[in-house]
Amino acid sequence: MNKKQINNILIWFSAIVLIILIMTPGLWVVLTAFRPQVDVMAKPAVWIPRNLNLIQFETMLFGGSEGSMGRSPIPVLSYLRNSLIISFTSTFIAVLVGTIGGYGFARHNFKHKNKYFLLIMLTRTIPGISLSLPIFIIFSKIGLIDTHIGIILVFVALNIPFTVWLTDGFFRQIPRAMSEVAMTDGCTKLQAFWHIELPLSRSGIASAGIFAFLISWNEYALVSNLARSTDSKTLTVGLMDFTAQFTINWPGMCALAVFIIIPALILTFMVQKHLVTGLTFGGVKG
Amino acid sequence: MRKFLNGPWVLLMPTLIILTCVVLLPLLLSLWTSFTPFKLTKPDTLYRFVGFRNYERLIGDIDFWIAFGRTVLFLAIALNLELVFGLGIALLINKITYGQRTLRTLMMFPMMFSPILVGFQWKYIFNDNIGLMNNFLREFGVIQPIPWLVDGILANVSIMAAEIWSSTSVFAILLLAGLLGIPKDPIEAAKVDGCNSWQVFKNITLPFLMPFVFIAMTIRSLDVARAYDIVQMMTGGGPAKRTELLWTLISRTGYVDAKMGMANAMSYISIFLSIAFTFFFFYKLVEARQRLSYE
Repeated sequence: MNKKQINNILIWFSAIVLIILIMTPGLWVVLTAFRPQVDVMAKPAVWIPRNLNLIQFETMLFGGSEGSMGRSPIPVLSYLRNSLIISFTSTFIAVLVGTIGGYGFARHNFKHKNKYFLLIMLTRTIPGISLSLPIFIIFSKIGLIDTHIGIILVFVALNIPFTVWLTDGFFRQIPRAMSEVAMTDGCTKLQAFWHIELPLSRSGIASAGIFAFLISWNEYALVSNLARSTDSKTLTVGLMDFTAQFTINWPGMCALAVFIIIPALILTFMVQKHLVTGLTFGGVKG
Repeated sequence: MRKFLNGPWVLLMPTLIILTCVVLLPLLLSLWTSFTPFKLTKPDTLYRFVGFRNYERLIGDIDFWIAFGRTVLFLAIALNLELVFGLGIALLINKITYGQRTLRTLMMFPMMFSPILVGFQWKYIFNDNIGLMNNFLREFGVIQPIPWLVDGILANVSIMAAEIWSSTSVFAILLLAGLLGIPKDPIEAAKVDGCNSWQVFKNITLPFLMPFVFIAMTIRSLDVARAYDIVQMMTGGGPAKRTELLWTLISRTGYVDAKMGMANAMSYISIFLSIAFTFFFFYKLVEARQRLSYE
């Protein structure tokens, strides 16, 4: 064996160790969701699954079946509905507003432009828990606590900065000359935007949207304090409900975790390529 | 009017209005509240101005400073380790030609997990009774279960492990993007001139990578507070405040003890901490970018 072969083996060995470290925690949770409680609690541990079942998912979705521990104590379906309504609506509004803002930054030069851009990004740095305190006070005064509208409003504000950052980068990649030509040919500015710049940046806007959806879907710190009941609690807050019980139902909790991760998994795979380019060229080219 | 419609402001207006209403105005209220003894149970106290009393009390509050120090230390260690591991992973993947795309996709796996899920899965792994970690160690004869989330040092290490697992891939992915964009000519020229691989890395690869390091740091510092979700899930700041970070302390003071005035004073300090982190790395990014374009 020469030096190069040893090198190759070392590289592949570390790559495999790396993959194991990255995948094991998630896969272990997924596996637990399908295992009976007895196996999960067994000592010494049962490493090779003996029998797998869907009891946890049945309990969660249809409220208990034969052989399970009775009705699910966590109203997962209401939480799922809230999560979907809140995430989709806030994503739609944030992308609409953020794309317009990103276009404004990409196509116009004005005084203190970089400062405004930085200011918008800085609103994103405020810790969710810090922001939740004054919003909690305001919302309880005007009756928006535990409502979809209140949480959607907060999520829109949460998602606008990144949407502006991403779409600004994508719009800047499109040569200005393209819309200028269209405008000399008689297009209005709005028509040029609609027929030329918007279609060209479609993929960028789509990734901004998916990104916004993921942030809404995954948010915990703000919702946990602004949502009080099944009227507006989302899945992430629902997961925390399990820990309030006297004994933690690990397989049930894992099943809910799987439920939360599936949409995120699919969406992240869809967006991965654009996400990296979007985030980096905005930063390097300035 | 026509000038306004053609200018940038009509486009930026919706963004600015929403951010003003949902972020800036609440922050002003938060600032005001931090000068009052406001308690959720006594609504009238919102209108009583007490000056810097909350802040003065915080200065003498040992619990607060312990949580503050722990937060800064936690972030410093976590961010540095994430950078080092991320760089290592990026260099490793960069070396692999066959299956590089698949590896890159696998690397994004932790990015799909919401912080609350990250907290949950590591809470499960580090559970002293049925967790993967203790089950695994028992196979090697460690019969006495290790109290990962109870012991002060171990609990902090466990939370750190969760944090690093979830965020290292951000660094790895962005730094890999940087590595793939490095022109090949200067590296080959340096090798012809007799540089060894360490010299090539130090003098060519690293300066090219610096803007990407700071992009990753800036993006990462935007959401350092997501550690709140992880800690809240794994230990809730306990046992006996052993894993209390600034954010869990704010949440406990504000919502559990209902001392909103005090919580807002703390939260202002945490906001400045976050902004300082972001500002620092953004400044470094601009600097690194300029240096690269001069050379």
